[in-house]
Amino acid sequence: MLSVQDLSKRYPTGTLALTGMDLTVEAGEILAIVGGSGCGKSTLLRLVAGLETPTTGSVVLDGTPVRAPRAEIGLVFQEPRLLPWLTVRQNVGFGLRELPEAERRRRVDEVLARVGLADFADAWPRDLSGGMAQRVALARALVARPRVLLLDEPFSALDALTRYDLQDHLLQLWEYDRPTMVLVTHDIEEALVLADRIIVLQPRPGRIQAAFAPGLSRPRDRTDPALEAWKRRLLGELDLSFKSRRTGEEQFPAAAI
Amino acid sequence: MALTERIAAPLPATAAPSSRPSWRWALGLVVPVALALGWEAAVALGWVNGRLLPPPSRVLATLWGLALSGELIVHVLATLWRVALGFVFGVVAGTVLGALTGYAPLARAMLDPMVQALRSIPSIAWVPLFILWFGIFETSKVTLIATGVFFPIYLALSDAILSVDRKLVEVGRIHRLSGPELVWRILLPAALPSYVTALRAGLGLGWMFVVAAEFMGASEGLGYLLVDGQMTGAAPVIMASILCFAVLGKVTDRLLGALATPFLRWQDGFGTRR
Ligand SMILES: Nc1ncnc2c1ncn2[C@@H]1O[C@H](COP(=O)(O)OP(=O)(O)O)[C@@H](O)[C@H]1O
Ligand SMILES: [Mg+2]
Repeated sequence: MLSVQDLSKRYPTGTLALTGMDLTVEAGEILAIVGGSGCGKSTLLRLVAGLETPTTGSVVLDGTPVRAPRAEIGLVFQEPRLLPWLTVRQNVGFGLRELPEAERRRRVDEVLARVGLADFADAWPRDLSGGMAQRVALARALVARPRVLLLDEPFSALDALTRYDLQDHLLQLWEYDRPTMVLVTHDIEEALVLADRIIVLQPRPGRIQAAFAPGLSRPRDRTDPALEAWKRRLLGELDLSFKSRRTGEEQFPAAAI
Repeated sequence: MALTERIAAPLPATAAPSSRPSWRWALGLVVPVALALGWEAAVALGWVNGRLLPPPSRVLATLWGLALSGELIVHVLATLWRVALGFVFGVVAGTVLGALTGYAPLARAMLDPMVQALRSIPSIAWVPLFILWFGIFETSKVTLIATGVFFPIYLALSDAILSVDRKLVEVGRIHRLSGPELVWRILLPAALPSYVTALRAGLGLGWMFVVAAEFMGASEGLGYLLVDGQMTGAAPVIMASILCFAVLGKVTDRLLGALATPFLRWQDGFGTRR
């Protein structure tokens, strides 16, 4: 179980990016975090990943506090961030330095097969399409078999078809060993297709505005009327979040989580 | 129907470029060969004084004579050895200090101002001091060459590491790399293209400084041959020596480039992909 208690982050520039954040993610759960840009979504993930130190509060994974990056917590960025001087195989195996060569290769090839890129193991990053590069990034995070997978708008730079494809693909990967996933997105449909629970953030300073558990059955269909209804509801919620940013005041109390 | 045909048509462009470079390299020879022939003719026709401007045939004959007498190889090896030693020392020092100041802010704050100040001293100005400290023999020569090689490598590596994409550094952090691992696995590879360029610039300076070093008193080496040619008024000897510098400089630069190529295959820039 991943839990975040009273988490806030003030950057040295003075920006209060996140304040008083409390949330809990059950093992194997998929949590989506939505909100407009600048409401602290990336900051939250970076804190959970141990890349930033909190100003107040803490992140706790299965009873132990997270203070620095850990092998059990994988992070996929918005951009693939592949190392251009390493081949696809070397990129995926980048974090497996403790393993013996043969074992590492076996694990890497197995993950590459799972993301459908077995034929591109020896390719250079420059030769991959955007979707393929993001699959490699996913493979690089998955190869360490993390218990928690954090995804920061992983598909937002891709075209719609590739995005749908990768969303479905991500679910398949999740079903393989069911890691806890926290997915940041500004795409409501993506959140509804993938997540068990959705948290809406509001900006300045970033905090929780509302939380929802749509309870849609899997596998999900993007054209399901129930999903469409939730989409309208969440859009209304996001519109509210933008309004409160414009007027700078909270018009409604945040819903209980 | 028309569409499927178009899709099924073989791609014609792929095979063509590989057959091209076979004759292309010869283009680079046209102008120098023409100049050499013109020069030869000008001397033969008596238009210019062949004593001060010896024609290519005389230069080549001199070179041949030096080679036959076994003198040439001695000079070439002496010079090559000095450049090699100076280059290695300069590269090692430049790499270690450059990586250190690029990576560690504290090291940068403490060392960089001093190195920058030293850099503004024309390196030849060190000659008297080096001779005083190390004598006129090999040590002072190699030190001078190493000094020349050091600066471009230090500067380029330090800057290249400082400007490595923060996003890639974060990939290293998320994989829990230690400081030295970060340098070795992320910072140095990312800086490698600039580093290779700096190595080549450093090697060029090494060849420049070996001449200066051999001017300050040597009993062998191509620089010595230059001075000797000047003393004895033998223009062909001077030009033979210059020709050797040109060939050696070019060959060693090419060698360095060829050694680096396998490490830079991943690059995706204009001109790096065939
Ligand atoms: N490294 C940083 N230094 C200073 N301010 C930052 C930094 N990173 C983010 N911020 C600020 O914190 C706020 C939240 O940013 P971020 O977490 O990136 O939001 P989101 O991912 O939701 O777009 C923004 O106002 C942003 O300008
Ligand atoms: Mg963001």
